[in-house]
Amino acid sequence: MAKEAKIIELDKVVIRFSGDSGDGMQLTGTLFSDTSALIGNDLATFPDYPAEIRAPQGTVGGVSGFQVHLGHSKVNTPGDYADVLVAMNPAALKASSKWTKRGGTIIVDIDSFTEKNLLKAGYKTQDPITEDKLGDFNIIEAPISLLTKECLKEFGLDAKSVLRSKNMFALGMVYWLFNRPMDHTLAFFEKKFKKIQVVVDANKAVLKAGYNYAETIEALTPSYLIKPAEIAKGTYRSINGNTAAAWGLIAAAEKANLPLFLGSYPITPATEILQELAARKDLGVKVFQAEDEIAGICTSIGASFAGSLAATSTSGPGLALKSEAIGLAVITELPLVVINVQRGGPSTGLPTKTEQSDLMQALYGRNGESPVCVIASSTPSNCFYYSFMAAKFALEHMTPVILLTDGFLANGSEPWKVPSMADMPEIKPRLANINNKEYQPYLRDDETLVREWAKPGIAGLEHRIGGLEKMNITGTVSYVPENHEVMSNIREEKIKRIENYIPLLETEGDESGEVLVVGWGGTYGHLISTVELMRAEGKSVSLAHFNYINPLPKNTAEVFSKFKKIVVCEINLGQFASYLRMKHQSFHYHQINKVQGLPFTVQELKEKIEKILEA
Amino acid sequence: MEVQELQLTAKDFKSDQEVRWCPGCGDHAVLNAVQKAMAELGIAREQFAVISGIGCSSRFPYYMNTYAFHSIHGRAGAIASGVKTANPSLCVWQITGDGDALAIGGNHFIHEIRRNIDLNLILFNNEIYGLTKGQYSPTTKEGKITKSSPFGTVESPFKPGQLVIGSSGKFFARTLDTNIKHTTQIMIEAATFRGTSVVEVLQNCVIYADKIHAEITDKQFKNERQLFLEHGKPMIFGDNNDKGIILRGMHLEVVEIGKDGVTEADLLVHDAKSENPFIQMMLVNMGLPNFPVAFGVIRAVESATYDQKVERQIRDVQATTKIKCMDDLLRSGSTWEV
Repeated sequence: MAKEAKIIELDKVVIRFSGDSGDGMQLTGTLFSDTSALIGNDLATFPDYPAEIRAPQGTVGGVSGFQVHLGHSKVNTPGDYADVLVAMNPAALKASSKWTKRGGTIIVDIDSFTEKNLLKAGYKTQDPITEDKLGDFNIIEAPISLLTKECLKEFGLDAKSVLRSKNMFALGMVYWLFNRPMDHTLAFFEKKFKKIQVVVDANKAVLKAGYNYAETIEALTPSYLIKPAEIAKGTYRSINGNTAAAWGLIAAAEKANLPLFLGSYPITPATEILQELAARKDLGVKVFQAEDEIAGICTSIGASFAGSLAATSTSGPGLALKSEAIGLAVITELPLVVINVQRGGPSTGLPTKTEQSDLMQALYGRNGESPVCVIASSTPSNCFYYSFMAAKFALEHMTPVILLTDGFLANGSEPWKVPSMADMPEIKPRLANINNKEYQPYLRDDETLVREWAKPGIAGLEHRIGGLEKMNITGTVSYVPENHEVMSNIREEKIKRIENYIPLLETEGDESGEVLVVGWGGTYGHLISTVELMRAEGKSVSLAHFNYINPLPKNTAEVFSKFKKIVVCEINLGQFASYLRMKHQSFHYHQINKVQGLPFTVQELKEKIEKILEA
Repeated sequence: MEVQELQLTAKDFKSDQEVRWCPGCGDHAVLNAVQKAMAELGIAREQFAVISGIGCSSRFPYYMNTYAFHSIHGRAGAIASGVKTANPSLCVWQITGDGDALAIGGNHFIHEIRRNIDLNLILFNNEIYGLTKGQYSPTTKEGKITKSSPFGTVESPFKPGQLVIGSSGKFFARTLDTNIKHTTQIMIEAATFRGTSVVEVLQNCVIYADKIHAEITDKQFKNERQLFLEHGKPMIFGDNNDKGIILRGMHLEVVEIGKDGVTEADLLVHDAKSENPFIQMMLVNMGLPNFPVAFGVIRAVESATYDQKVERQIRDVQATTKIKCMDDLLRSGSTWEV
C-alpha cells in the first residue's frame, strides 16, 4: 500500500467546490460534508450561490460555490481561504482562486478551459494561470469531462446526462485526496435515483473513476488525513440553520403541549423553514402557504388567537410587509414567533447573500410604540435552541418574538449533537381557565405583566380583542388619553422584564482586559476564531457575543466596564453599535463593519482588531 | 362544529358594549340578523369566532358576546383563515366591507374563496368608504361623485359575486339590510353550508352614500326590482308575482306570465347547486334598469373544505409514520454515534 506512506495528517483543512450554477456544486459539497461528518470530523459549511437558478453559463456571475472546513478539533467557521479548490470551469477559477490559499491545490477540469469559456469568464489570454498569477499554486489539470465521457460511454446516456455526472468525478478525486470512504455517497445514489438504475450505476462508476484517477496520477500525492474530532459522546447529525430553526418550533410546541401552526410565504433564504415544517405532518404541524407575506403572518395571528403556537418565517423584505401585523400582535398581546432570515438589502438587494442589516427593522420597524422581544441565533445548530426559546418567550410572555438568523447560518451546516427533549426547558403558556371568576383579557401577572390567553371554545372565556387601544384589565375599546399612556408603558415594561428570564452575558476569554470584541448573531464563529487566535498570540482580547438583543442581558454594562476598548463587529454599517450607544451611553464603541453580502474572514478581523488594540 | 340542544336567543349574543354606528345605519340590522341566526343554529356561544378587518362594519366583533377579533385593514380573511385552519371545530365568521375585502384585502378575499375554507364571510357593501368619511370604493358605480372623485369616478366597479365565482367560489348569496327576515335566513344558510360562504349585504350608509341602493330597496318598487331566488323554484317576481326570468339562447330575459303564451313552466328554475356557474354568473350580473336584482343563495356547491383536507392529510401521514414525537425526529435519517 504505497498510498499510506504518503498520508499527511492535518488538523484542519478548507475545501471549496466551485462550478457553474448548473454543475451540482451544492450537492457535491453536501455529500463531501456528510461523509466527513459521518467519520467524525467537526465541520462548518458555507454555500455561496447566485440568485439566478441558471445564471448565464460559464460567466463569473453564474458561479456556485460550496466551502467546507473540516477539523480534528472544534471548527467555528467555514474557513477564510481554501486549501483545496475544485474549479469546474474558467469562471469558477476566476471567481474562486482569490479565496484559495497561496500555495494551495487547485483541481481544474482542463477540458472546460476552451477559448470560448476563457473568454466568457473574462480572461484576456489563453493562459489563466499566468494571467491570474497562480504560478505558486499546485495546479492539477485533470481531464474531468473527457474521462467522465469515457467512463460512461457504455451506459447509453445522452450527452447532457453524461456531463451532468462530472461533478461526481471531481468528488471521487477529492475523496481519494482526503482519504474519505465512498459508502455513504454510494448509498445516497441508491436512494436518490432508485427509480432509474442506470443513473445510480453511472454516478457510482464516475465517482469511482474519479477516485481511481486521483490514486493513479502522482500530482495528487500526498493525500491528507483529518482524524476524527474529539467531541462529546452522543448521537450526532448534520444540520443547517433553517432546519434547526424549524425543528426548534416543533420541539417548543411539543414541550408546551400546543399544536404548531406556521403561516408563511416562500422567500430566499428562509423558504426551507416553510418546506421543512410542511413535511412534518407526522408531528401534526399545520403549515399554511399563504398568498403573500402579510397573509403569512395574519394566518399565524389567527392561529395564535385560536390557541396554537403560531409562527411565520421570512426574510427582510417579508419582515417589512409584516410590520403592521406585528403591531397587531403587540397590541393584542398574542404569542407569535417571527423568524427573519436576514439577507443583503435594501429592497431585493442580495437575496442569496448574508447580512445583519435587519436589526433596526426588527427592533423598531413598526408604527407606534411597539416593543417586541428580539433574539438572534449564532451558529447553524443553535438556531434550534433559539427558535425554541423564541417560542418559549412568546408563549410565557404573550408577545411577538423576532428571531434573527441570516443566510450564512440558514444554509451553513455543522455536526450537531442532538438533544433529548427531556433536557429542554419547560414551557408554560399562561392559559386562562374557567376557574377564573370573570375573564378579563388584560388582567396581568404582577411580576411579568403578562395577560392570560383564552382559547376560543371554552365557555365563559368569551372576549373581544383587536387593534384599537384597549382599557387596561377589561380590554374594552378605550380612547382615554391616560389609559393609552398606561398601556404603552406596560407594553414596554413587559418586554423589559424578560431580562429577568434570560441568561447573563458571558465573556469568552478573560473577564477584563484591553479589548472586548462584541458581536451578535451569525458572526460568532468568525469572532470566536479570531479571539482565540489572538489570545494564542498573547493578546488581551475577549469576546462578548449577544443572543438576546431586546431586552439586553442585565449585566451588559458591567461586562463592558471591565475593558479598555470595545469593538462592535457586525455585517452591516453599525446597527448594533448604534443600539448599544443608545442603551449604554457611557461607553465608547469602536466598529468593524462589512457589507459585501459575505461573512467576515478571520484574517481581516484579526488585522482590524490588532489596529484598534495598538492604537 | 358541535351541535347541541341549546336554548339561545339573539340577546345571548349581544355584548355589553354600546353599539356606536350612526342611527339609521344598515349595520344595525345586519348585526341583529346575525345574532338571530346564531341563536337559531344550535351552536354553543363559545364555539363562535367573529373576525373583522377595519371599517365601520368591522366594529362588529365588539358587539358580539362570543370570541371575537377586530384586526387590521384588509386582513380579516387571512386571520379568519388562520383561526379556522388552527381550530376547525370553531364556527368562524368574517365581517368585512367593500373596501376592506375588495380593495386592501382583495388578495386575501380571492384566495380564501379559492381554498374554500369553511367560514362565513359577510360583506357589507355600501359602495363607499364610511370610516374615512366618504371616498369611493371598488364597488362604487362609475361616475359617482365622492370626496375622492369630485368629478365622478372613472373606475369600473367590481361585482363581488363575479369575484367569488371567478375565484372558484362555492357559495354566494345576496341580501339587503332592509329585509331582516331574509338576511337572517341567508345567514343561517351560509352558516350551515360547508365551505367559504360569501354573503353580500346591500347596506345603506346614511351619511356618505345614503339611498345608494334605494332604487332597488324602496318599498314602492321593490317587488318589481327584487328577485328572490330559491333553489328548485322558478324565478318569479313582480307586484303581482306575474313576472319571471327565462333563458333565451345565451341570455336572460324578463317575461310576463300569461303574455305571449308564457306560463310558469317556461321560467328558469333556480339551480344553486349546479357546478357550472354559467347561469349563476348571469344572475350575479343581472340588474337595473332592464332586470331585477337577484337576492338569495345564488350558488351553493358543496365540496371538500381546506380545513378538512389539512386535517385529513395529517391523519393519513400520522397513520403510517414511524416519527411520533420530537425525539424520534431528532434521531431520524442520517445520524451517527460518537
